[in-house]
Amino acid sequence: MKEMENQQAGVATQDSTEIQVVVFRLGREEYAIDILNVQEIIRLLNVTRIPRVEKHIEGVINLRGNIVPLLNLHTKFTLEISGLADERRIIVCQFDEIKAGIIVDEVLEVIRLGDSDIESVDNVYTSVSSEQIKGIAKVSGRLLILLDMKKIIIGETSEQGG
Amino acid sequence: MAIDMSQYMDIFLEESKEHLTILNKNLLELEKNAGNTNSLNEIFRAAHTLKGMASTMGFEDVADLTHHMENVLSALKEGVLTVNSQVVDVLFQCFDRMQFMIDKLESLGASNLDNTDLINMLEDIQSGNLDQNLNNYAAVEEKLEQTEDKQLIGFDLNSFDITVIKEAMIAGNNIYYARISVDKDCMMKAVRAFMVFKSIEEDGEIIKSVPHVQDLDEGKFDRDFELLFICTAGLEEINHRIKSISEITVTVTEFDESMLTVVNNDAKSPKVIKNLEVAEEVDVDNKQPHKARKTVRVDIDRLDMLMNLVGELVMHKGCLEQIGATNKIPQLNETIEQMDRISTDLQSVVMIVRMVPIEQVFNRFPRMVRDLAKELNKEIDFIMEGKETELDRTVIDEIGDPLVHLLRNALDHGIELPEERIAAGKPGQGTLILSAQHEGNNVYIDVQDDGRGINSELVLAKAIEKGIVSPSEAQQLSDSEINRFIFTPGFSTSSEVTDISGRGVGLDVVKTKIESINGDISIETKPGLGTKFRIKLPLTLAIIQALMVSVKDEIYAIPLSSVNETSLINQSDIKVIQNQEVIILRGDVLPLFRLKHILNVPGEDIAQPQIYVVVVRKGEHQIGLVVDTLIGQQEIVIKSLGKILTGISGIAGAIVAGDGNVRLIIDIATLF
Repeated sequence: MKEMENQQAGVATQDSTEIQVVVFRLGREEYAIDILNVQEIIRLLNVTRIPRVEKHIEGVINLRGNIVPLLNLHTKFTLEISGLADERRIIVCQFDEIKAGIIVDEVLEVIRLGDSDIESVDNVYTSVSSEQIKGIAKVSGRLLILLDMKKIIIGETSEQGG
Repeated sequence: MAIDMSQYMDIFLEESKEHLTILNKNLLELEKNAGNTNSLNEIFRAAHTLKGMASTMGFEDVADLTHHMENVLSALKEGVLTVNSQVVDVLFQCFDRMQFMIDKLESLGASNLDNTDLINMLEDIQSGNLDQNLNNYAAVEEKLEQTEDKQLIGFDLNSFDITVIKEAMIAGNNIYYARISVDKDCMMKAVRAFMVFKSIEEDGEIIKSVPHVQDLDEGKFDRDFELLFICTAGLEEINHRIKSISEITVTVTEFDESMLTVVNNDAKSPKVIKNLEVAEEVDVDNKQPHKARKTVRVDIDRLDMLMNLVGELVMHKGCLEQIGATNKIPQLNETIEQMDRISTDLQSVVMIVRMVPIEQVFNRFPRMVRDLAKELNKEIDFIMEGKETELDRTVIDEIGDPLVHLLRNALDHGIELPEERIAAGKPGQGTLILSAQHEGNNVYIDVQDDGRGINSELVLAKAIEKGIVSPSEAQQLSDSEINRFIFTPGFSTSSEVTDISGRGVGLDVVKTKIESINGDISIETKPGLGTKFRIKLPLTLAIIQALMVSVKDEIYAIPLSSVNETSLINQSDIKVIQNQEVIILRGDVLPLFRLKHILNVPGEDIAQPQIYVVVVRKGEHQIGLVVDTLIGQQEIVIKSLGKILTGISGIAGAIVAGDGNVRLIIDIATLF
């Protein structure tokens, strides 16, 4: 079923510039990030808490010998954790040299989005500060919040540091 | 073409720097001992290589200067000119200029300096010295040119080759010797060489080539190569055939038996000044020949990656062990033991690979000391010991500047002028010793002079004047405590006290820098007899000894370098003074801090009648850290937390523990 949707979305927007996104769930909302920003999706690993940092830094994990910080978008966007623990995943993103993971409640699918599917943020109210959103995508009746992971992660580097 | 070359730029720069270091070192040797042919050979070789590299890269200014240097050097080697201080000075100037050009190339990508002044000087040396010398030189040069075509140089013919040659001669075939040099601007040397080979092999056979065919194929030759071949065609024809290939110049001569004897008796004839290979040969009567090491350049990041992977391997080995234990598979034990040994070896090898001799840093000092001593009119005997001591690459990179500072200080302020020294009953020549040695997990670097020492009274007076200590406190200070004041920032920026002025300039910077790489600096000084700065450094920054402790459910690593001792105390021994928990340890009052409070560790408190205290050192003070349990001492590989999590106070980094979990390293200096 999901695959069919995927196909349809792909066919419908073939002509315009389109991007592939990973769709995931945070609380009861659906979010998406550009697949080019995603390095990998992994199951939850042991997280080591970091003292003296802001609440939305969940901690660090050991990703094959590399230490990767984890962001907790639930805390950052004040969302509730929902769903089964077994479905929770870490999406590891990378920008330049900076790597970071986010914890999501469930990874749903990978779909294609055309330009026309994405609406700018101004029109819609969301719980995320609008700077960190690229837009809202409407796909077969669902609303996906397209996150600007680059801004979110690069933003972290300037926030910490003191 | 410029784009093609850019990828070689890094290699060029790095290798040039290496050769400049060799040049520098041997110039100093040469200055000390003018008859040192060994050094002369090394200098020649370095200059020659630099010339080759620079002209390949198209840096004509560097190539041109080295070319002229080479002329002078070969005259020196020939004995046509003699080494004197004037010549060495000019060579030093050339060296400086080259360093400048290389630096410029590094920062700007181009230099194009006008070196006419130096080149003129070099030419003057070559010609301006007695006319006689000039004539001699010219005569030698001429003679060499005459003989050039006649002699076989690089060929080292074995008996098999000689048999082949003889047989060919008997069979009436023509044997030719060809010297081919590819044009300087030729981009594809290997192709030209191949074309020459092909044209000869139409009706001939190549007996020998120098360099070897394989090297020629891969373009691994300077510009020239030599061939010995059998061919049915006549000299005219073969000459014409080879000459039709573009971008090369060639001389073909007939090979005859007389040449063969030449080869046999005199394979390494003295003619070969221009041949790199022979320049590499070192006079036997002169010390130890320079050992040519085979090395590979590796990016340090790759080593880090390797280290990571080894760490991972060790971790998974642990998992395997566990599987063996839970499923009771005894057959697995032996394999696991083997793996254990291998991974331990692997880890230590990777560690060793990161180590570099401190020589790299030390080598630039003799020149600096020489120049500075000249400038200050001081006579210095500069001694370096323990150059072979190895340190982690990352430490090596950091240690250069602090040492420069200390050496300059010693020269400028420590060691007195010759007259002063003689008046004080000391030899006129001051001694400055720079030494490095291993001791356990540390390396000690000493900078020792036999100068006037530090005047503690003046330092103390200054400290009181600056308000660093009160006069009453000052009474109780020991000399060594007083001397540490010179590390205080801005301590002697005002120079009213001439005796120590400058003695402290920048020393705070030195101290900060050394502490930033987990090192420590101390002073020993005796007024009138000299001063010794001792720097203590960890062998490596990447690996440290740490004490693992647990606090509730969390585990932390405390670097052993900041731990003084651990102790088990009774809850009842804890006293409270002004809301601060303290204990009395061997008569000293020790403030106590609970790690779980400092780091806000979540979870239930564990009630214990006795508590573990880790006594840590923060600057000059001791502090007791209360933890739940001591897990043990461990060698840990430090990893950074990455850009997002930099600068968290109290956390120095992280490690990946044996069980695959990340643990944090506590930074005592910023914890409180």
